[in-house]
Amino acid sequence: MILRTVLTIAALTLHEAGRRRVLRSLAVLTVALLALSAWGFSRLNAEFGGLTSGEARVAGSTVLNLVMFGLSLIAALGTALLAGPTMAGELESGIALAVMTRPVRRAAVLVGKWLGLVIFGSGFVAVTGVAQFVIVRATFGYWPPHPVTGLVLLALQTTVLLTLGLLLSTAISPMASGIVAVGLFGATWIAGVVGLIGEALDNDSVAQVGTVSRMVLPTDGLWRGAMNAFQDPALLLQVGTGIEESPFLSMSPLTATYLAWTALWIVLVLGLAGLAFQRRDL
Amino acid sequence: MEPVTAGSAAAGPATAGPVVGSLDAAARLLAALPPAPAVWCSGLHKRYRRQTAVDGVSFTVGRGEVVGLLGPNGAGKTTVIKILLGLVRPDAGEVLLLGRPGAEPGARARVGYLPELFRYQPWLTATEVLNLHVRLAGAAIPTEERRECLALVGLAERAGDRVGGFSKGMQQRLGLAVALVARPELVILDEPTSALDPLGRADVRDLLLSLKERGVAVLLNSHLIGEVERVCDRVVILDRGKVTASGTLAELLGRRELRLRLDRVGAEAEARLAAAGHLTRTGNSFTVTLPADLDDSTVPGLVADLVALGVRIHAVEPSRISLEERLLDILRAGSGEGQR
Repeated sequence: MILRTVLTIAALTLHEAGRRRVLRSLAVLTVALLALSAWGFSRLNAEFGGLTSGEARVAGSTVLNLVMFGLSLIAALGTALLAGPTMAGELESGIALAVMTRPVRRAAVLVGKWLGLVIFGSGFVAVTGVAQFVIVRATFGYWPPHPVTGLVLLALQTTVLLTLGLLLSTAISPMASGIVAVGLFGATWIAGVVGLIGEALDNDSVAQVGTVSRMVLPTDGLWRGAMNAFQDPALLLQVGTGIEESPFLSMSPLTATYLAWTALWIVLVLGLAGLAFQRRDL
Repeated sequence: MEPVTAGSAAAGPATAGPVVGSLDAAARLLAALPPAPAVWCSGLHKRYRRQTAVDGVSFTVGRGEVVGLLGPNGAGKTTVIKILLGLVRPDAGEVLLLGRPGAEPGARARVGYLPELFRYQPWLTATEVLNLHVRLAGAAIPTEERRECLALVGLAERAGDRVGGFSKGMQQRLGLAVALVARPELVILDEPTSALDPLGRADVRDLLLSLKERGVAVLLNSHLIGEVERVCDRVVILDRGKVTASGTLAELLGRRELRLRLDRVGAEAEARLAAAGHLTRTGNSFTVTLPADLDDSTVPGLVADLVALGVRIHAVEPSRISLEERLLDILRAGSGEGQR
């Protein structure tokens, strides 16, 4: 009974994503980014003709990270902006009234929505990510060392942000929930950069900012893990200890503990959203 | 009070189980019980911050009964409906739908609902909306029956069109189809004709009468008193969150009036009029409120007596008090008390 509700609502959410304009605009945006990156990569190779294979790998790896950051931004913003309105909008407009008076549990409806959005977000990350890998492969002959791990981490990042979007949408208006989720995403990324500066300057308290923000909202931590998976290990050796980390370069893969925390974070936030939704008068 | 008897009937199966000890015996006992009412609610309370929206509301809707919920704006009708359906959590009170606690989602398996604020997924077609609700209700409804349901509300031609392109009236018709599609035993309609044209209203009235014939219980919230008067067996009148009156139409509207235009009315004749019922007089116009248990000889007897007393009779007009007048009476009496 509960599973049927979850699957029905998940299918409905995917159906909605497919029929609403958001998918088309997302597709246009993504194709534009992919085309631009393909053109840029080919120009890069042509301008700096005669790159050694090692140089080409380093360049490919760096540029891949930059473009993947753009893609992860589209995925995260897209799903966060989809998650908020889809839930809060249905509550506000009254669409939810007819659905909720069926013999269904509210939590099942929420989990169904979440599952549909996770599948949508992850599918987007997988398709665009692979397309990007193929472009870099064609232009630079570079293939990332752990493509699957990286894409899974990006999908997780998307999941984290849309879960937050759902929690916010049970409490505040549709547009506000999307904006707040995106704002928090940006803030954690900046806090991550601040933390890196702290590390570079050996200032522990500033470095702490990044650590704390990565715990509170795991998007930046996951992004750094994904970057690490896309990077050429040779590049890391080359850079050595001089620069250490940068917003687009990550020295170490994610720890199992951090991944466990991320999973727990998702469960907690989704549970909280479920509780808030259960208690709310519609 | 009706809720009490209904409550004990509903509590029956729960207490019978352990006593009898045998599943068979319990099942026999259960089968022998009259079916639990379609809606039973008792002592519902709901406050929104400082505003009391619902204050001790109790009523029942029997199986196959059509009950109208009446009252002025802000009387708490929609809140009561939302509490029944589990959309709003009451601060106190109990709800049983078709014999099951309202808090259980399963209680709503055979309940259809048309919200006051009716909106359906604009990106789906009318058929897809029905399919979704059939799936959520866990009912096995053949495609043909779903199509008939759309035809019943006049949307057969638009079955494949997206809801986003529907007018308000069409969306409300779709809402009716959604409420009816999963073979409900109880249908709750909140202002079902608010967006419909006169033709649509007539359609809804026919629909309600056909539900009544099929033994489907209906709880109808409507501002259109004429509509309620024509289809409802019973009405519950709410005012400021409280039930101010409830009963069958015959009970509420039992009073009949006799309007007379007379002259040469002597003291004796006036006494004869007053003996027939409560008398009010303005000039030559007399109004006698007759008792509910009126027999066929009352009015002719009165007229014959008046003629015998030398009264000249210009007009005699028996009439029934309309639900509208009665409703206004009740609400005015209520606000009079409130002011005192």
